[in-house]
Amino acid sequence: MFKKFSHALIEKNLILMGVLSLITVSIGGLVQIVPLFAVETTIERVEGIRPYTPLELAGRDIYVREGCYTCHSQMIRPFRDEAERYGHYSLAAESLYDHPFQWGSKRTGPDLARVGGRYSDDWHSAHLRSPRDLVPESVMPPYAFLDRPLDYRDIAAALRGQRAVGVPYTDAMIANAAADLEAQARPEMDPAGFAGRYANARQSAFDGDGRTVTEMDALVAYLQMLGTLVRFGDVTPERVRQQ
Amino acid sequence: MPDGGQALRLAAAGGWRQDSYVDGPIRAMAVATIFWGIVGFLVGVVIASQLAFPLLNLDLEWTTFGRLRPLHTSAVIFAFGGNALLCTSLYVVQRTCRARLFGGEEMGWFLFAGYQFFIVMAAVGYLLGVTQGKEYAEPEWYVDLWLVVVWVSYLVAFGGTILRRAEPHIYVANWFFLAFIITVALLHIGNNVALPLTIGHAKSYGLASGVQDAMIQWWYGHNAVGFFLTAGFLGIMYYFIPKQAERPVYSYRLSIVHFWSLIFLYIWAGPHHLHYTALPDWAQTLGMVFSIMLWMPSWGGMINGLMTLSGAWDKLRTDPGLRFSVAAVGFYAMATFEGPVMSVKAVNALSHYTDWTIGHVHSGALGWNGFITFGALYWLVPRLWGKTELYSKKLAEWHFWIATLGIVLYITAMWVSGIMQGLMWRSYDAMGFLQYSFVETVAAMHPYYVIRMLGGVLYLSGAVLMAYNLWRTVRPAPAALPASQPLAAE
Repeated sequence: MFKKFSHALIEKNLILMGVLSLITVSIGGLVQIVPLFAVETTIERVEGIRPYTPLELAGRDIYVREGCYTCHSQMIRPFRDEAERYGHYSLAAESLYDHPFQWGSKRTGPDLARVGGRYSDDWHSAHLRSPRDLVPESVMPPYAFLDRPLDYRDIAAALRGQRAVGVPYTDAMIANAAADLEAQARPEMDPAGFAGRYANARQSAFDGDGRTVTEMDALVAYLQMLGTLVRFGDVTPERVRQQ
Repeated sequence: MPDGGQALRLAAAGGWRQDSYVDGPIRAMAVATIFWGIVGFLVGVVIASQLAFPLLNLDLEWTTFGRLRPLHTSAVIFAFGGNALLCTSLYVVQRTCRARLFGGEEMGWFLFAGYQFFIVMAAVGYLLGVTQGKEYAEPEWYVDLWLVVVWVSYLVAFGGTILRRAEPHIYVANWFFLAFIITVALLHIGNNVALPLTIGHAKSYGLASGVQDAMIQWWYGHNAVGFFLTAGFLGIMYYFIPKQAERPVYSYRLSIVHFWSLIFLYIWAGPHHLHYTALPDWAQTLGMVFSIMLWMPSWGGMINGLMTLSGAWDKLRTDPGLRFSVAAVGFYAMATFEGPVMSVKAVNALSHYTDWTIGHVHSGALGWNGFITFGALYWLVPRLWGKTELYSKKLAEWHFWIATLGIVLYITAMWVSGIMQGLMWRSYDAMGFLQYSFVETVAAMHPYYVIRMLGGVLYLSGAVLMAYNLWRTVRPAPAALPASQPLAAE
């Protein structure tokens, strides 16, 4: 076969070489990526998973902005030590609404996939302000600058943007985005509206001050909900089996 | 000069002049390569120091590790590496095709300016916290769109030059450059499909989420390594090592096998970044199997590069530029052996999330990409400025040994810290409890982070020496630039 075929044919023709290269490099990606939009385990629906509340979404955007993923993973692997350290291994469904995913690739700090509820709100805000006050060996940068008012003028646009890429925010959620955001961070406000729209969302003065909504409020609200949506006591093993 | 004979023939054939090549923008790209290299290495030293001494985060939002780390990775990969690729590929494609750059000076300067603008826009965004939050793909949508414009122009300029060629065959270096340009376009577009909140808003949300986003990201991320940092730089190897050694490429047949197998296999390797995650097992296994297979074309190419020195090994003693290129291929061999090992799931269970990965990346980045670029620059810069000699071979030798020592310190520190941390995480005491809290494993990293920082300082110092050496090489007033004179036709 190689007697008849000469590579010179390709080497003398730019278009042929370009097209053949394009085909050659496309195969692997197509085989690995396309099925993920159809395979059951990757599009599974697990009970409890809901879109982020507006405050949590704002906090997530800050998490992305500050590059937290450069040191913290959000993906627990199915090993005994990780189960004991961090909890149940992560499910695909738990990052269903994550645009972008924040699984990370490096644990300079610990995994955060299930950090929600492990520490108090006060611990988180104090730790973010000055990590070494609470954990002397830590190498985390201080984030005291997050104690500034959160700019949430675009929060409805953010929810609309999320809906455009597939997150099921309802019209009511978008219409009430700013009000829901404020209600979650200010305990003196009536939580009924936002609590009805977002199951298991907690109202709190996350940064210790319920008067103004700060970036700290948003980030702590996000950290405190991580890994809390799926109640593993209520979900059967078959339901979460990975294939 | 090795180019002399060819130029003479050209001159005989039709009054060809050396200055018919577009070299001005290429000179600018060479300067940009050195400049961004030093910036990127410097930011690397800064963030390495922050991990050893967190006070260096300076309590400012713009100087935290989280914002500087993308600045470091983008500066070294896209600014240093990207300019090195632009510079060498546009130099090589003109010489090996005996054709003037398609689009001429204007195209060259547009590519230079457009690419620097991309870098500056991306970098400013990182410092201000404008990021997509995807590794090595941090620039937001408007920067991504601009890069598409520049990159398509690059493809047009490169392909257009090949179409104008006076040589019947397309030289092997150009196969690699072409595959690199095409594939990076595909990856960049595929991984950055996003919708801005509004057209006037810097923030966007990507179309894919969760598992799909992770797979697409590492399809992109691994092939940023595979095509940007490997295929493109193999193009550099296939031109500059034969030039420096004054020998033809060792094996033509091996070049063909190397090229097609490398570009076919590389694209499958992405899932090895997602072992034991929520990505389905079949995809992880595919990633592992193809990563192991990738060892073969990697070493095939390495052999092709090294064996090109057959009969010219003595030049290693006298030509520090060639020494860089050959050491680069050696580091390439090491990194492409280590990579498949780390892609094995049992190994990855230990290495993932640790500094071992960081060490692996840097043996490739510092050893392979850095050294092959330095080797090419030591050869290219004197020629681009019409000089015959490097200012100081001695300084280049110092650069070589300082940088090599820096790499050794860097990667050995990361092997120890990575493997140690991986083992500490999974270590149990006699009672069956986890032996170490997480923060104990952080504290144990400190000495290795200091050693790594010193390695980085050495590597940076070497690059500064190179900048000085090359500056002195080109500095004397170019009153009579030989390369810009018409060559005599007799």
